[in-house]
Amino acid sequence: MTDLVDRQKLSYIAAQAADARLNVELETEGMTLNIGPQHPATHGTLRIIVRLDGEQVIWAEPGAGYMHRGYEKLTEVRTFPQVTALVNRIDWLGSFANEVPFILAAEKLMEVEAPPRAQWIRTILFELSRIANVSLFLGDLGVQLGAITPVFMAFRDREYVLNLIESATGGRFHPNFDRIGGLKEDLPAGWITETKQVMKKLRNFCDEIENLLFGNEIFQSRLRGIGVIPAEVAKQYGLSGANLRASGVDWDLRRDQKIALAYDKVDFKVWTHPDGDSFARCWIRLQETREATKIVDQLLDGIPSGSVMAKVPRIIKVPEGEAWVSTENPLGEMGYYVVSKGDLGPFRVKIRSASFNNISIVPWVLRGVYVPDVISILASLYFILGDIDR
Amino acid sequence: MPELVHDTTREGVVTALRAALGEGLIDSLIKPNDDVWVRVSADVWQQAGRVLRDTVGCDYFCFLSAIDWLPSPYGRGEDDPTAPAPERDSTIKQGYTGGDTRMQVFARVTNLRQHFGVTIKADVADTEPSIESWVTVYAGANWHERECHEMFGIDFKGHPDLRNMYLPTDFEGYPLRKDFPLLARMVKPWPGIVDVELLPGDDADDAESE
Repeated sequence: MTDLVDRQKLSYIAAQAADARLNVELETEGMTLNIGPQHPATHGTLRIIVRLDGEQVIWAEPGAGYMHRGYEKLTEVRTFPQVTALVNRIDWLGSFANEVPFILAAEKLMEVEAPPRAQWIRTILFELSRIANVSLFLGDLGVQLGAITPVFMAFRDREYVLNLIESATGGRFHPNFDRIGGLKEDLPAGWITETKQVMKKLRNFCDEIENLLFGNEIFQSRLRGIGVIPAEVAKQYGLSGANLRASGVDWDLRRDQKIALAYDKVDFKVWTHPDGDSFARCWIRLQETREATKIVDQLLDGIPSGSVMAKVPRIIKVPEGEAWVSTENPLGEMGYYVVSKGDLGPFRVKIRSASFNNISIVPWVLRGVYVPDVISILASLYFILGDIDR
Repeated sequence: MPELVHDTTREGVVTALRAALGEGLIDSLIKPNDDVWVRVSADVWQQAGRVLRDTVGCDYFCFLSAIDWLPSPYGRGEDDPTAPAPERDSTIKQGYTGGDTRMQVFARVTNLRQHFGVTIKADVADTEPSIESWVTVYAGANWHERECHEMFGIDFKGHPDLRNMYLPTDFEGYPLRKDFPLLARMVKPWPGIVDVELLPGDDADDAESE
């Protein structure tokens, strides 16, 4: 328990003392509080059981599994192109981003590479999924702290992004647009100009949220210094994405790995924050949404011409081998370990989803906090149930 | 003759593991500038984790899971349920870095400063598979081992709490083992197993070589 800020340290000591008092001295009775499975803060159905002493949490345990769909088993009876329809439904707010690492893993095994235009469009749609996903987080964050207005703004502006995704792919929520070797289709006419306008709107949205929420005194006092996760702990638990960068770890898979996407063609900043508290996690996400709009703008300017599909056989057999590909998804590191036996479908697919790791830290981080902070910490960790249960 | 590519970072991983584990490191595979796989024996599993964390610098825990290398006796569920089951090949053939047992535990950890990851595997016994827990090495392994325990029936020695995460407590069987049937497919075969219909004038060889 080193490197913690004073408040967390004190609350930890208090929790220990409360625990001892509870059991030995006064024989007071603690209370067990059940949060969920149906709760607005759970983005689906996550149950959290907390043991309280007064207002303080002395023990917490999340119960997942209310939405387990067994995708790892189902992939074993599908062909490679069919798997994208399944994995779309893992993180349902940023669906397209789920398809990309799987397709890249299959392409890596087949040693094919999508043509440059397909890679650029993939990257654009990837960042649009990020915007659609995280803008909902920014609105929802307000609701969980008692502010109603941001969520209306978020749904209003997210709609523009979903319309863009729909007009390019045909699916608002589940595009199923990525193919081994490229994309299903090229962009529709006029899409690029429209996207540029929407990106302007989204930057305005980020400014609005920043003024409305992040400068708000109540918002700050509800989040600053709450739920501090030191970098060492974050890495041990495998936290990724904004949660990891909020603990001061400068790690972003868009920048830090060689991958067949167009991120090396654009100039963008990876935001980090030294505090590791709930505020830092929310702040990083706000900055990343703004950064994503800039990435999209840059990509739209330089999008190369050409085909969007490489030459691949119509019946796809993936050669024998193993491949791991992960990308920086809206929620964090999402990866697939694909094992192929040279067959029509994968032999085994291990799906590493971001929320599963991000939420496994809950028993650690909730110990010693107060009940109202439980909700704000969960909100700031940001998970999607489909991404935990798979 | 193509030039031999050297990848000193990933070769360093294998060297460090060999120095610390000796015979415990069974096999390794390096794809230069791409990835590295190592296989260790089950009794040094935890020690290998410590070496990776402290010596190699992979302090970021990515995931832990298992692979059942037995080919599925049910195929892809495309059989007619009324007809007798067809004969299937049941030879176990492990993937990269080989193996001696049907099931393998594998995990991945990442070095965030030097930007590389390591996939580490270990064989577990066929009957009553068990291996040391990584919880004391990487705290994040807790949930991954719970999931692996209920899905593959692998016991993690030293894990504080191996309760089921997804399945009911009295559930029998291990769903991700290959010999566990996918019941939805047993009742009704999957109609879309081949989703490419040949066009008139095509034959199967054309479609594959195109």
